Amino acid sequence: MPLAHRLYDNALVLGPTGRLDHDNCEAFREELAPHLERSAKDGTSIVLDLSGLEYVSSAGLRCFMLAAKQAKAQNSRIVIAAMQPVVAEIFQIARFNLVFEAFPKVRDALAALSPAAAAAFDRG
Amino acid sequence: MRVRFWGTRGSIPVALTSADIRDKVAEALFRAEGRRFDSVGEAHDFAVKHLDFSLTHTFGGHSPCVEIETGTEEYLVCDMGSGARPLGAHVLARQSGKPATVNVFMSHVHWDHIMGFPFFGPAYVPGTHIRIHGCHEVIEQAFRLQQAPPCFPVEFSQLAADIEFVKLTPGRAHEISGVQVTPTPQMHSGESYGYRFEAGGKVVVYTTDSEHKLENRAQTERFVRFFHGADLVVFDAMYSLADAISVKADWGHSSNIIGVELCQMARVKHLVLFHHEPAYDDATIEGVLRETRRFEELTRGTQALQISAAYDGLEIDV
Repeated sequence: MPLAHRLYDNALVLGPTGRLDHDNCEAFREELAPHLERSAKDGTSIVLDLSGLEYVSSAGLRCFMLAAKQAKAQNSRIVIAAMQPVVAEIFQIARFNLVFEAFPKVRDALAALSPAAAAAFDRG
Repeated sequence: MRVRFWGTRGSIPVALTSADIRDKVAEALFRAEGRRFDSVGEAHDFAVKHLDFSLTHTFGGHSPCVEIETGTEEYLVCDMGSGARPLGAHVLARQSGKPATVNVFMSHVHWDHIMGFPFFGPAYVPGTHIRIHGCHEVIEQAFRLQQAPPCFPVEFSQLAADIEFVKLTPGRAHEISGVQVTPTPQMHSGESYGYRFEAGGKVVVYTTDSEHKLENRAQTERFVRFFHGADLVVFDAMYSLADAISVKADWGHSSNIIGVELCQMARVKHLVLFHHEPAYDDATIEGVLRETRRFEELTRGTQALQISAAYDGLEIDV
């Protein structure tokens, strides 16, 4: 799964796309790992921009759970933004809305993480 | 086959409180909005057609006990939770004095799955045959232990029925009372076993107290094979997925999401959510059922999966 990433000051926006299920969840975890490591080292916060994610299975949700656990253990932050309606419903049914802070738009998430990141986003 | 649920709650039996019933009645009266009913039957019809199930009923109740009727004279029962007490009354009434033969299949011997046996009426009737099947070595020990002093006033050895313990082999199909019964090991503290029952071209799977590790692909494939083509799967859906893979990981239970995914992969026809969390009230369980049906809708492939939530007294024909 291609994982586009873009840094806005001290916040990194990652954008998984397509479907996240048994077939590609390990590849997604491998792609996510260096970003989580970086987050531990320099305190960068992570926004998962899910606007391009069409579907997530239990295996994909497990990847999100592992990322949330790692972020908590290393005292860094990872939040969700811009979920498509289907993915938002799946998050709700699986009670992942209680695991992650979720925001309607990427900018909302950045603003909640740091004013500098939101300002960088506004500058484009 | 007909599957009859006598106990559907997980871990410990629960009962509605007087306040719960008062609140249900008050809410039902409020929703009736001044309607006039000329008979109890009319009021009953209104309640069933226009009010939520969780308002007019309760999921219950007793801890696990499920009967599978196959048309033979012998009884087939999964687990001996507290639901075994009303099942026992049912058996005695139906037998009208004639001793019964009861085949029990034990998922495991945790307390909520054996606690009904000392209250199972037929165990006290001379001439009754009770065959307790399972794959664990400790089943007889557990049944005797719970009736040993000082825990219970009637010792196991005092029971009048002829009680036999039958060891089954996991993965092997056993012919029992005209039904092919295949046990499979499941992940649970002390291990548990699921059962696949096949008779007359119909398949029922009873799989409770079973945790599914998402990262274990081989295990997933094994369960898909075990469930494959089943008409009905009775599934441990005690937790939400988030709880099952985080704070309650390794507690030995599963979620509604995993139940749907496994049943979809196995092309099962009907999934029954079972082993309800004791902390959930009726409205919460009904909400879980509604969400699970929605999840199935969102993820449906070529075959729809019917979904129900088990309640004490539910009967399903397959």
